[in-house]
Amino acid sequence: MILFDTVTKLYASQTHPALEDVSLEIEKGEFVFLVGPSGSGKSTFLRLVLREERPASGNVWVLGKDLSRLSNWKIPTLRREIGTVFQDFRLLPNKSVFENVAFALEVIGKPKALIKKVVPEVLEVVGLEGKEHRRPDELSGGEQQRVAIARAFVNRPKMLIADEPTGNLDPGTSVGIMKLLDRINRMGTTVVMSTHDAQIVDQMRRRVIELENGHVVRDQSRGVYGYVR
Amino acid sequence: MRAEFVASEVGNGLRRNLTMTLAVIITVAVSLSLFGVSLLVRAQVDTMKDFWYDKVEVSIFLCAKGSDTPSCAGGAVTSGQRDQIEADLESLRPLVQDIYYESQAEAFVRFQEQFSSSPIADSVNESALPESFRVKLADPTQYDVVASAFSGRPGIEQVNDQRQVLDKFFQLLGGLQAIALIIAVVMLVVTVLLVANTMRVAAFSRRRETSIMRLVGASNLYIQLPFLLEAAVSAGIGAILAVGGLVLAKSVIIDQVLAPSFQFTSFVGWDAVVGIAPILILVGIGLSGIAAFLTLRKYLRV
Repeated sequence: MILFDTVTKLYASQTHPALEDVSLEIEKGEFVFLVGPSGSGKSTFLRLVLREERPASGNVWVLGKDLSRLSNWKIPTLRREIGTVFQDFRLLPNKSVFENVAFALEVIGKPKALIKKVVPEVLEVVGLEGKEHRRPDELSGGEQQRVAIARAFVNRPKMLIADEPTGNLDPGTSVGIMKLLDRINRMGTTVVMSTHDAQIVDQMRRRVIELENGHVVRDQSRGVYGYVR
Repeated sequence: MRAEFVASEVGNGLRRNLTMTLAVIITVAVSLSLFGVSLLVRAQVDTMKDFWYDKVEVSIFLCAKGSDTPSCAGGAVTSGQRDQIEADLESLRPLVQDIYYESQAEAFVRFQEQFSSSPIADSVNESALPESFRVKLADPTQYDVVASAFSGRPGIEQVNDQRQVLDKFFQLLGGLQAIALIIAVVMLVVTVLLVANTMRVAAFSRRRETSIMRLVGASNLYIQLPFLLEAAVSAGIGAILAVGGLVLAKSVIIDQVLAPSFQFTSFVGWDAVVGIAPILILVGIGLSGIAAFLTLRKYLRV
């Protein structure tokens, strides 16, 4: 699914590399937590997977493709296979729940009939049936994140990348979101999630990759958040 | 590619950014109108050249009684001189296409006609008017050959080229055309800058949409097409307004004002307008499309 081979990423404005010599592999169907303090390189890792950034050295392989050899016009095809969810939901405020999810299919040219069929299905998966016509500002934070997950998942991607998806939610709501992500993972989708939420990591007992100053300092299957917080 | 989705995006974009859309439409309309006018003036000059160069002639005025140029020191032209001049003209064929001799009596009749409403007509008598050879050249630009052969010869008062008078007039029209063209080019540059800025604003105001589009894997074409079409649609409307202005100029200014008052010459026909219209539309849509494309490449990167 994802293979990092001695990847180093250096931002032009910084002297210290955001990632240094990172090598790791994430298998198909895994659920992986990416933990570490702010600035440890979690976001850079995810941006490299999405090819929003290119590494200074080393190779990134995603879904069997060497991203350094992927030409620009093929990037959209790669991103259609990867769903993305963010801390700030990134919904369109002037579109309804249905339209927000449908948007992801419209802009990749899917026919209207298909959209009418699959959007209600995915809204049911995330537990938003009956709220199709609400606007994002009429929903709670947890519900908004469910819309974002529905949008990321509606095209049935092979991988879901979640950048602190529970960062803006209270603990109770977060549990619901984690149950949803777990369900999506059990449907066969690889999930990579960066988080600061120790409680969630400790409860889920999945693989944990800890980054610090751009290095992988821990990679545990069935791990916990960490010894110190 | 779903046309319906793209069309609704374009419509929304144009409406949301109405002031900028109007600004683009107006500048495109004004700059293309000027551009069209300058093309129309050029077509007019060409039409007039075709019309007049066919008719212009070189006039060789012969000495009459009382002519005071040095070559007329010997008094009025003699019949020997006249025959020699005619023979020399004949020898210049085929450069010389037609030779027509106008006697003093004919000159007098023509003079009377031309100035029939003026008191000068009564004050001139036949013997004061010079007889002349009217020469039509196969190539009107070869006037110098005739001028150098005949100017200053005894019996010839003056060699006159009507084309030189016309050329001054055409130079004036050409100057007007150049001014219109310069203003048009400046306005087109303004249009390009305005389109670029409009696209920048549009890309910024829709950065949420475009960033989501990027994330879910929309192709560059899909992301940029609504913006490009917006630029093309507003430029197209502007160009159509400019074409309308040109049609108005032709039917009102030329056909109803100029043509009735200047019947001695011909004016550009509708074929010129029909020829210019697609140029205006292509230039308008093309320029604004290129400006939009180059701007978007910078602001909507993958």
